[in-house]
Amino acid sequence: MPALDEGTPLFVQIAEQLADDIVDGVLAEGARVPSTNELAAFYRINPATAAKGINLLVDETVLEKRRGIGMFVADGAREQLRAGRRKQFAEQYLEPMLTEAARLGIDTDTLVSLIQGSSSHNGGSKP
Amino acid sequence: MTPTISTSALSRRYHGQVALDNVSLSVEPGTVTGLLGRNGAGKTTLMRIITGQEFATSGTVQVFGQPPAENDAVLRRLVFVREEQAYPDLSVAQVIRVASWFYPNWDRDLAGQLLADFGLPAGRRIKKLSRGMRSAVGIVIGLAARAELTLFDEPYAGLDAVSRQLFYDRLLADFAEHPRTVVLSTHLIDEAADLLERVVLLDHGRVVLDAPADDVRGTAVTVSGPATAVDEFVAGYPVWHRQQLGSRASVTMPGPLDVAAQAQARALRLSLEPLSLQQLLVRASGSSADEKVSA
Repeated sequence: MPALDEGTPLFVQIAEQLADDIVDGVLAEGARVPSTNELAAFYRINPATAAKGINLLVDETVLEKRRGIGMFVADGAREQLRAGRRKQFAEQYLEPMLTEAARLGIDTDTLVSLIQGSSSHNGGSKP
Repeated sequence: MTPTISTSALSRRYHGQVALDNVSLSVEPGTVTGLLGRNGAGKTTLMRIITGQEFATSGTVQVFGQPPAENDAVLRRLVFVREEQAYPDLSVAQVIRVASWFYPNWDRDLAGQLLADFGLPAGRRIKKLSRGMRSAVGIVIGLAARAELTLFDEPYAGLDAVSRQLFYDRLLADFAEHPRTVVLSTHLIDEAADLLERVVLLDHGRVVLDAPADDVRGTAVTVSGPATAVDEFVAGYPVWHRQQLGSRASVTMPGPLDVAAQAQARALRLSLEPLSLQQLLVRASGSSADEKVSA
């Protein structure tokens, strides 16, 4: 079972994990999303909590309910999520990296070459 | 909608000692509520009053909108599994059969499945069972009864971690298929935390917290880093706890922090960590180590 962290509300974490799967293409657009009971059993959480997580994505129009059948990934959901995450990318990933780089005395040029070297090695470690 | 349980200013005193003090709460149908607190906090007393096994000194209790005491119409709709439940001197199969007569929604297939899951020998006398196995019998009855109101009071004495997980999984699965109102009293908060929709925390007979579990998470945060930066950051906020090691400090304060405060923490190179439900409740119950003698 994937570990759920302690501080974030559980329903937010459920929504985030489903969103991850959609962004990664594990859950394709038009695919059926696990039911609240399936999610509850899988993550070992209360079904009401799982339902709250799903509703969060319904409100964002990432998921859509098809009456009597279940919950499905909406058309355009993946691009919508990716666009949203691109907006947060600088704050979530760039800013902490720049803070740490400044702390270690890594200047911008070195950082740029690190990124270029790293992307050609697909994430290899650097001295 | 009528709450499944509602109590109003409920108090219980034994020989001048207060077991419950002015408890007012209501439990909505179809929810799983955790009744939490230290030993002697009043959890069992409250459950005994809810199930009509004990009378309040003052205040009122209603279950399904009626007083539960000596009220068969109410009592048939609930099941109460106690810690260290006593059973008549019968075999496991006989105890299960007797239980099936009492509960109108009893599910025989589920009972059989659960007996197998917990590895309970049907022919063995209850007396000859280990403590953990006796607890498992209570769990089987509590789940197979499918009562509209299901109360478990620390139901797992002597059960190992694997069997407790089995209990949580079966409870969750059957609750999902057959929604009902569940009240689970436990001191194993970390284990049960994710099952709970709502938490009620008792301390010295009083309700000190009654909130949705998701609201409780993130209500406190630990800020740590260089002591000067930590102190600069927390200036003006209430501080619940502070400790220092050399030049590093760690402070627990109310949360959640807004985006601006989070950005400030990052700029000061502070790390932020939310408190778990268990840590929060320990704090809310008072972290003093003095043991209270329970009635």
